[in-house]
Amino acid sequence: MTAFQIILMGILIICAISVSFSKNLLNSILIYMSFSLVMSILWICLESPDLAITEAAVGAGITSVLFFVMLKKIQAIEIIETEKKEASEDE
Amino acid sequence: MSKKRSAEEYQKTFAFRFFRWLHGEKDPYVGEVEMRPQEEYHVDEEAILRHEKEHDAILDRVYSEDNIELKAFRRLYHVTSILFCLFLIALLLVTVSYLPATGTIERPVNNEVAVRYIESGLEETGAVNIVAGMILDYRAFDTLGESHVLFVATITVLILLRMNKKGSQGINDRIFEPKNDTILQLVATFLVPIIIIFGIYIILNGHLGPGGGFSGGAVIGAGLVLYLNAFGFAKTERFFTEKTYKWVCFFSLSFYCLAKSYSFYTGANQLHSVIPKGTPGAILSSGLILPLNIAVGLVVACTIYAFYAMFRKGGF
Amino acid sequence: MGPNLFTNYGEAVSAILFCIGFTNLLLQNNLIKKIIGLNIMDSAIYLFLAEKGYIAGRVAPIVVDGVTSTEAYINPIPSGLVLTGIVVSVSVTALMLSLTIRLYMRYHTLDLDEISTLLKKEGK
Repeated sequence: MTAFQIILMGILIICAISVSFSKNLLNSILIYMSFSLVMSILWICLESPDLAITEAAVGAGITSVLFFVMLKKIQAIEIIETEKKEASEDE
Repeated sequence: MSKKRSAEEYQKTFAFRFFRWLHGEKDPYVGEVEMRPQEEYHVDEEAILRHEKEHDAILDRVYSEDNIELKAFRRLYHVTSILFCLFLIALLLVTVSYLPATGTIERPVNNEVAVRYIESGLEETGAVNIVAGMILDYRAFDTLGESHVLFVATITVLILLRMNKKGSQGINDRIFEPKNDTILQLVATFLVPIIIIFGIYIILNGHLGPGGGFSGGAVIGAGLVLYLNAFGFAKTERFFTEKTYKWVCFFSLSFYCLAKSYSFYTGANQLHSVIPKGTPGAILSSGLILPLNIAVGLVVACTIYAFYAMFRKGGF
Repeated sequence: MGPNLFTNYGEAVSAILFCIGFTNLLLQNNLIKKIIGLNIMDSAIYLFLAEKGYIAGRVAPIVVDGVTSTEAYINPIPSGLVLTGIVVSVSVTALMLSLTIRLYMRYHTLDLDEISTLLKKEGK
């Protein structure tokens, strides 16, 4: 069990470092999602199933969904702005 | 009594002149000072434009890529912050190395509070899951505050993201909704009921096993988000609008408040509480924990759906 | 150095994660990466708390067969605290993301340096 925990913690550190070095925003959000999933396995190793189930639902699920929908919103704003600019240039 | 003065005498006094000046009957400067009409003010637009241009040029020079001082400052900032973080890591690791060993009983965390929760938790709260008994019975006030944090966060996000109804943002954003994706809709038809039933199971079993209001509410919220993604806002607005959110949150939070007030009142005054504890292990047991779990779960599910809906279209 | 650095590997990892998240907050220019850094700091703190309550060889605090002796279960208090923290961190994340959306609608960039430059240029 100790070796398993150490491997999981190594994965945690690798995920945390690679969030800051990935060029693509979507990639870093996906890496953060896997960080949360690994964390929820670690909670089971630490004998806290309450935390594991909450982290899997909230950390890996809802937080990542919020990040994704925010990226999508930003792209939508960008597209709307370019359309507005083109319309004003046409006039 | 002061002596009476004649009118001529009075006109020589200071008070007479002062009051005459005060009431505006005589301007003391007329005839004494040379007066000219004021020169007409005219705006020197060229000078203002020149000034603005100079200002912009200075700003451009300061914040341009080629500014050596700015570059040097940024590099210094990077180096300093990396050094600071390395120092912080070293400091924390040294501190960790002096802490008592993990997994042993001698740590200061394992004190009499935990012993009390474990030994008499089942008896006093009736919950098999000691963590649920702790957060919803011994520390229920804490959980009430947490539910209110969620509620306040929803309101703040609503204030920040509320689009004006006339503006184009709210309407145009619906262009980016999925339009009847067959695969997604088929998968959602199968998965959404299962996810929601699983969430209800987690909430209802919060006092018997791992789970509770927070995780179950998050699962139900995730199911609602999947349904929304597959079928669009037109279908979800049939059963979930801003009104639904308001009433569900109001009833859940006020039920929580009233139930825990009763429980605190009877507990503090050594009165007999009418809420039965039940046999530990049965689904209808452990007093108030099951209804409180349901209330918290409703608040969390509504909050998560509301977050998603507000991020998507700025409103419910 | 004290004697317990390698015994307390969980706490050591949580300290390192905390500092990685803090470095993210200091050095990243992108707002989304800053928010992820703050979330990593959160997780590090939760890991630290949970490691504190862990006792080797004992099971999760769910009463089995009516055994209520202290010898059988781990410490339930850190679990309760962390459960509160996880849910609060989600609402904090949602709040920060909505602030980021407002900033993007105003300045059309996620880069904090560009935003501050624009701000200083506007404030003439």
